[in-house]
Amino acid sequence: MTNLFNYIDRPSPIHRLTGATKFVCLMLWSFAAMSTYDTRMLLGLTIISMILFLIGRIHIKDVSFMLGFTLVFLVINSIAIYLFSPLHGTKIYGSCTYLLEYTGRFAPTAEQLFYHFNYVLKYLATIPIVLLFVTTTNPSEFAASLNKIGVKYSIAYAVALALRYIPDIQRQYHEISQAGQARGIEMSKKATLISRLKSASGILIPLILSSMDRIEVISNAMELRGFGKKKKRTWYMGRPFKAADISAMLGCVLLVCLSLYLNHINGGRYYNPFI
Amino acid sequence: MKKFGVKHIVATGIGAALFFVLGRFVAIPSGVPDTNISIQYGLLAFIAAVFGPIAGLLSGLIGHFFIDFSFGWGVWWSWVIASAFVGCVIGFLTVKINIEEGEFGINGIIRFNIAQVIAHLVGWGALAPVLDIVIYAEPANKVFIQGLVSAGINIITTAVVGTLLCVAYSAAIPKKGSLKEEE
Repeated sequence: MTNLFNYIDRPSPIHRLTGATKFVCLMLWSFAAMSTYDTRMLLGLTIISMILFLIGRIHIKDVSFMLGFTLVFLVINSIAIYLFSPLHGTKIYGSCTYLLEYTGRFAPTAEQLFYHFNYVLKYLATIPIVLLFVTTTNPSEFAASLNKIGVKYSIAYAVALALRYIPDIQRQYHEISQAGQARGIEMSKKATLISRLKSASGILIPLILSSMDRIEVISNAMELRGFGKKKKRTWYMGRPFKAADISAMLGCVLLVCLSLYLNHINGGRYYNPFI
Repeated sequence: MKKFGVKHIVATGIGAALFFVLGRFVAIPSGVPDTNISIQYGLLAFIAAVFGPIAGLLSGLIGHFFIDFSFGWGVWWSWVIASAFVGCVIGFLTVKINIEEGEFGINGIIRFNIAQVIAHLVGWGALAPVLDIVIYAEPANKVFIQGLVSAGINIITTAVVGTLLCVAYSAAIPKKGSLKEEE
């Protein structure tokens, strides 16, 4: 479980916040970073998120793998944007400043560079927060705390069930796929696309049919224990909100307000230094 | 069956867990470098067809969220929402098929596939790119091409995997009236 979800158990002020708080903060933070393209705001968010990263006592080496993955993704995406639309920035900022003598389709412009800078910044402002959320939130506690922020407990319970059964299903899938491969099911590049899909279904069918049995057994067990009869329930992993939780959420609400306010005074989502 | 009961809650949870495992650990090379076939959409279509739109929506939402969550590359909201949307639409359009009662003939197969084609086309070809444009202000031609390619791959995957799953599951259920009184 801990391996699967990269949760790192280490005492820090961020770990002490409840899962619900961190989830709300993550959503608000993402919203603040998504809604604006204001360079100053994004720079600020990036710096704060890096400070929070230090407070959470997460080291770069804990997340280096995930970080590498994200950065590769970011680079590929940036290149794709440039290839598909090399003058996207000039459309957004409404001016066109060529940096070189060359003025063809792929000519670099100051606007395009600035757009790419903002695009990268937008990710840098959210990636540390997401990594922080992923590494400091205990998944079980997260499911328990969803209920507290207004998610119906049946849905929070479905989340908890998913977390509970992921390792089981993973093990079962592994067993079935090895049995299938021992009997000669080919899933590598040697087979054609359609036959690969067919053999994947050959592994899936036993997995799904046994999962349907599992659904039957679990739901009978839950029904026998009277699940869903009352409006509320308690959670083993649940924790009450503390002052730190409330102030963290308020801080994030303020960030969203700031972001919306900046959109208002910039007259749009972009901060335009070219005017 | 259209009531969202205990069984549907459990199906949502298990469906999300299956979606997660298939999406996270099962990599079938598609031939294009670094692109894997996501067979989890075949499963999602199956769950949606059997347990209805709400279970489909939530399985896609929770499963996809956990995939992004466990890779740690940031939660890609535009694509998470598109997954949930696909599950929901397939669930709505297949309400009339009673797979859980063992009925899934030629009619069912056609209906199921029409539903999944519509869901994937709208979800990946329109919804996800539009969200990408709104959230990240990416250029339109890039996200629409990305979206249409993934819609195409997902349609083929669902057509093969999803249909086979539905056929296998409906065959495993005793049909209504399959028992006869002894004369």
